[in-house]
Order: sequence, then structure tokens, then C-alpha cells
Amino acid sequence: MTLLEFSRGPMLHFALIVFVLGVLWRLVAVSLLGWRKSKTKWRNSTADAVKGGAIATGNRSWPHPEFLDRTAFGEAVGYGYHIGLFAVLLLYAPHVVFWKNLFGVNVPFWPTLPSGLMSVISIVTIFVMFIATVRRYMHKPLRRISNFDDWFTLFILYVLMLSGVMLVFGLGGRYEWVLATHIISFNALLIWFPFGKLMHAFYIFPSRFITGYKHEKKGASS
Amino acid sequence: MSKKRTDERPTIGQVLDENGVGRRRFLKYCAGITALMAMPPGATTAFAQQLRAAKRPTVIYMPFQECTGCLESLTRSFAPSLESLIFDTVSLDYNHTLQAAAGHAAEEARYEAMEAAHGEYILIVDGSIPTKINGAYGTSAGHTFVDQLYEAAEGAAAIVAVGVCAAYGGVGAAYPNPTGAVGVADLITDKPVINVPGCPPIPEVMTGTLVSFLATGVPELDIHGRPKAFFGNTIHDRCYRRRFYDRGLFAEAFDDEGAKNGWCLYKLGCRGPTTYNACATIKWNGGTSWPIEAGHGCIGCSEPNFWDQGGFYEPVTSKLFRDTGQVAAAGAAGVALGVASAVAANSRRKKLAAEDQETSS
Repeated sequence: MTLLEFSRGPMLHFALIVFVLGVLWRLVAVSLLGWRKSKTKWRNSTADAVKGGAIATGNRSWPHPEFLDRTAFGEAVGYGYHIGLFAVLLLYAPHVVFWKNLFGVNVPFWPTLPSGLMSVISIVTIFVMFIATVRRYMHKPLRRISNFDDWFTLFILYVLMLSGVMLVFGLGGRYEWVLATHIISFNALLIWFPFGKLMHAFYIFPSRFITGYKHEKKGASS
Repeated sequence: MSKKRTDERPTIGQVLDENGVGRRRFLKYCAGITALMAMPPGATTAFAQQLRAAKRPTVIYMPFQECTGCLESLTRSFAPSLESLIFDTVSLDYNHTLQAAAGHAAEEARYEAMEAAHGEYILIVDGSIPTKINGAYGTSAGHTFVDQLYEAAEGAAAIVAVGVCAAYGGVGAAYPNPTGAVGVADLITDKPVINVPGCPPIPEVMTGTLVSFLATGVPELDIHGRPKAFFGNTIHDRCYRRRFYDRGLFAEAFDDEGAKNGWCLYKLGCRGPTTYNACATIKWNGGTSWPIEAGHGCIGCSEPNFWDQGGFYEPVTSKLFRDTGQVAAAGAAGVALGVASAVAANSRRKKLAAEDQETSS
């Protein structure tokens, strides 16, 4: 069995199993923990609270005007590489083919972007990721709250992104090895996903919504 | 005796002269070969001189577990070419498909040739070698293919494994490999083995490999034992449809507009990105066309285990596993673990709250 066969075969299967098991484990566990009993009288209706939750989800995903000078750069960098990652993940034709094959879905219309444009987006994304990494290290409070989880996740992402760009430009040796490295790093990301901060992908919007919901219910502004 | 026989053999130049191959045509052929091998233009003259001076080689061609497609490819070019003449210049002393002799007479001829050119002949192997049940799945003239290979390899200067079966086992070695088929290099480790895989291999690659061996010795090989000169690039790198891949234009079906416009066949399972071969540059049938130009994706026939790389119509990144409910079971287990974790956490929280209440009261 070659490295590429291993990466597309048993390792990918194992990674999927770990990913599904781990993510559901954490999501179900957190969902069933329940809310702390509120000692405050509810002041607004449930409909208003849902609206408040939606507003908070939007508000907290955008820099607060009062702190714009201090947070804009960090937010721009964060959004920059997240958007880049999602674009590469969902709009690059070979990746779309991969998703369709992996999940056995046949979506009739799934737009893709030209490889040339995707190459530019990928390189810019890696550059912005590098800025984010340097900032994480240089920014003292940020560095203090960073641990192995953050650095390891970044490491896997770098391997994933760099091997992808190397594939497109035919760099780094034999195509099948670089492709195997690319798929193995993706598998590693799937395996690591449920056990680290990558779970924020599932938690981030529900947690913002629930915070806004509860604030609104209590009568506080979102 | 073998020394005398070697000295008596004519040079390749003499054989070509006898066949009326002119200097210009020969140099043109050498220029083509050296260009394919990425040698500098200045090397053509030296290459031609070395090739002309090389003694007409003795070749023993051993077919094992094969379909004769490789031999068809080598011998049935659509028109007589210099490649076929070059092939004719070798002293093909044994090939039981082509030779007139049969039975014991044919085997005698092989033994004679092997003895006369011991240590100097080129052994060409076609087909995989079955190894299970002591090699009993493949026998000829009362001997297993395994024994015949070891016997013929012993006195060979080099071995050329023609076709993907001889190189890596090919279709014979495809899952579940009932005969235990293997390639030549799996058995012979003390002789140079040059793999010229393909199903079948390109005739020009075959003759190019032979002449480069005669002129300069064993060529530079890649990790799968293939001459880098011919197998140094992927089909994808040299494909004329690559520009459509780069622009994100793909055929989605063999009869859609994309296919009619000649767009990239990646989504239809083309294995060009992971296949190293010279089809895109040398093409087939005297440079007429090649599979991708004919509208079908590459099936990766020059790669090891190409039969077991998933369906021919699935992309190169397609999954190579069959999920029989494991992922669903993992999902169910995840939910169960989540419920158990939440119950445990809640009961612990209640217990701590009760302890707090007791302490405060």
C-alpha cells in the first residue's frame, strides 16, 4: 500500500470516524448540560429573546465601534484567513470533487473558481495566516492565552495549505507524495478537530446566540 | 566461446547500413531520442556514435503471465518506422510468440543464446510472475516461470521489464491477486532492472530505452525503476488540456458540452495528475493521438497497483475505502458518550451544590 493509498483509504476512514464520534460527543454533552437556573425575572418575551440572540450573533461578529482602533487589525487578519480557508475548501474544483465523492452527494450546481484565482487566494491566505501567527506570538496577552492547542492547529493548517499550493505549482517532489501529505494533513485536522479549539467552528455562533438570547430575556441590551 | 561470439557480432551501425538507413535519418532519430531524454543538443552526436559502435545485442524475450498486448504494441506499429528497424537490429534469439521454432527446439535455441552471450545479453520480460504454490500457476517447458526467470536473469547484463505486469504485477497482481503475481524487481535484486510500464508501453519508449541502454548503459531511473527520461513528468504536467484545468473548466460527463469542447477530464476520473508517462508528448500510433486526445481520461496504466486505485471514473482524490456503517456507528457512539458525559457532569454538579448547601447551612 502506497502512502497515497493509505491517506485516501484507511487513514481517511479512521479520521472520519474519529471526527464524527468526537464532534457529536462534545456537542451532545454541551447541549445537555443545561442552563444555570436564572434568579432574574424574565422581562422580555421568547420572540424578543430570539431576535436579541440573532442581533448578538451579528454584533459580536463585527468589531465594536468603540474599540475599532485596537481590534480592527486583529479582526481583519482573522477574517482574512478564515474567508480564504473557506474559499479554498469550498470553491476549488478538485476539493468540490473530493467532497462530492466523500459524502456521495450529487449537488447539481456547486460553483467553483478558476485554479489561477484559487492559487492567488491560497497564497494570500497563507501570508495572512503567517501575519496572524506572528501577531499571536508578538502580542503578549495573546501569547499568554495560547497553548499547544493553538500552535499545533496552526502547524497542521500550514502543512495543509503549503502542500496544496505545492501541488498546484508542481513543487516539492513527486506529485503523489505531496498529494499524500496534503490528504494526511487533512486527516490529521479531522482527527484533532473535536479535541481542540477547532471546535469553535461549531460553538461560536450558538454561544453568541445564547448569550444574546439570555441578555434579551433578562432585559439587558445585546 | 562467448567472447568469440561477441566479437563476431556486427555493430548496430553496420546493421543499419545493411538495411539502407541513411546517416541523416539515423541522426534525426538520435536527436529525437536525446531530446526526449532531455539531453543537451550537443550530446546527439556522441550518442549516435556510441549507438553505432555498440555491438548488435542478443535479446532473450521471456513472456510470462501476460496477454501479448505489449508485444503487439512493440511489433505492430501502423507503419514501418526507424523504431521498428532499431528493434530489428537486435538479435532476438528467443521469443516463443514470434519465433518459428517451437517446443524443445525453441528451448534449445534459448539455452544456446544464453550460453553464447552469457553476461552480455539483454533479458526482456513480459508479464507478471506467479509465485503462489511454488509458482505452479505459470509453467512453460516443464519449468515454472519463477525458475525460468531466475535462470535467464543469471547471465543477463540487464533486465527490461516491459509492461506494467512485468514491472509491478499489473492485472495479475490486482486484488485479490490469486496467483501471487509479482513484478521482476520483486524477485531479481542483483541485476539492473529497467521498468518500462504501461498497458501496453509506448513502442518508442521501449526502443528509446533499449538504445539508450546500448549507448550509455542503464539510464537514470525513478523510484519505481522507470527511465526518468520518459517517466519524469506526469501526464497532467504535459497534457494539452491542462489549461482548462487551470481555468476551472471540466467535463462533467462524456457527452456534455465540456467534453465536446475538450475540457479537462479530471472530474471524470482522469489519473493524469498521479501518472508518470510520455503519452502526452510522444503519443501513440506514430504520434497520431493518445487516450486523452481521444476523449477518455488517463487510467494510470504505468503506475504500480493501478488496478486497485478505485474506479477508473472516480477522481484521483476519491476515497479508497468502503464504509459499511462504521461512521454511522461512530456517530451513535458519540451521541451515547455525549449523553453519558452530560449525565455525569450534571450529577456531579448537583452533588457539589448539595455539599455547598450543607456547608453553608
